[in-house]
Amino acid sequence: MLRSGVIARKLGMTRLFLEDGRQVPVTVLQIDNCQVVAQRTVERDGYTAVQLGAGTAKPRNVTAPMRGHFARAEVAPKRKVAEFRVSPDNLIEVGSEITADHYLPGQLVDIAGTTIGKGFQGGMKRHNFGGLRASHGVSISHRSHGSTGQRQDPGKVFKGKKMAGHMGAVRVTTQNLEVVRTDAGRGLIMVRGAVPGSRGGWVTIKDAVKKPLPEGAVRPAAVRRGNGADAPAEGGSNEG
Amino acid sequence: MNLIAQLEAEQIASLGRTVPEFKAGDTVRIGYKVTEGNRSRVQAYEGVCISRKGGSGIGASFTVRKISFGEGVERVFPLYSTNIETIEVVRRGKVRRAKLYYLRSRRGKSARIAEVGMKSRESQG
Repeated sequence: MLRSGVIARKLGMTRLFLEDGRQVPVTVLQIDNCQVVAQRTVERDGYTAVQLGAGTAKPRNVTAPMRGHFARAEVAPKRKVAEFRVSPDNLIEVGSEITADHYLPGQLVDIAGTTIGKGFQGGMKRHNFGGLRASHGVSISHRSHGSTGQRQDPGKVFKGKKMAGHMGAVRVTTQNLEVVRTDAGRGLIMVRGAVPGSRGGWVTIKDAVKKPLPEGAVRPAAVRRGNGADAPAEGGSNEG
Repeated sequence: MNLIAQLEAEQIASLGRTVPEFKAGDTVRIGYKVTEGNRSRVQAYEGVCISRKGGSGIGASFTVRKISFGEGVERVFPLYSTNIETIEVVRRGKVRRAKLYYLRSRRGKSARIAEVGMKSRESQG
């Protein structure tokens, strides 16, 4: 049942005005040359998945082993490569390009990306600590964390204690974002609300794990066949 | 033009709205669609535009201030909201600021705004 996701690039946010007067804040994601680069099968790898690549990389910036990998799939070198677990019946042929109508308006998706890095941050910003008092004898340490432990017993700071440190630049998944609109021609997916990461960052979109797949979702994937072939064909009918 | 700006321009075009030219200091009358239950009507709101923001994008908005029953009221309207039926410029004001937030601390006579071209009309008449 598990369907492949896609790799997309976050372009930024805007808003949509609907006919009934509502405004919808949307994040615009672009699917840029998202092609299947390899398949993982039970016989060979012990699990089934598709490896997708997206974007375009200059061949001289791609390592020789990866160049060979892309050449075997007969696809242009990709900037970003990611694997998506799929069920065996949802494997997609190598070289096929996934289009934006892979997702239906109204469908819920999970989107994972790398959040914007915040650098070294104190406890107040990083973990929503309360800080110390503004007066009553507190000096210099108004934004510090307080105590980090007990007394001579246990005599140590427990592991996992929330403290100041590096914040952001971690992979975060936002679940159940609603697809508002898709544009297969330009490869755009508009999703209601915010998506982790900065503008221009890569994100992966998957069907929501906690919600059922809507009726009419294309299986195994909405694809444009092969290299250079422009005719958009419905996937599934002609693939095993 | 980046793709986001292009999308916004397309959406503005598809909304088919003609927004009159107005700026801070102008008195405008807004016909705003209000839905009560399942009945909708157009409510008029007239006051001085004290700020325009958001440039030419779809997220542009403007603030209209009026004195309602002795109390200052400000409303922020998204410029391209589909709830706005009409925007009508009642009076063109002559001001030297882009944002007229100083009106908030003024009342009565000192909160007046001169009309554009008033002086020339007076000298003629």
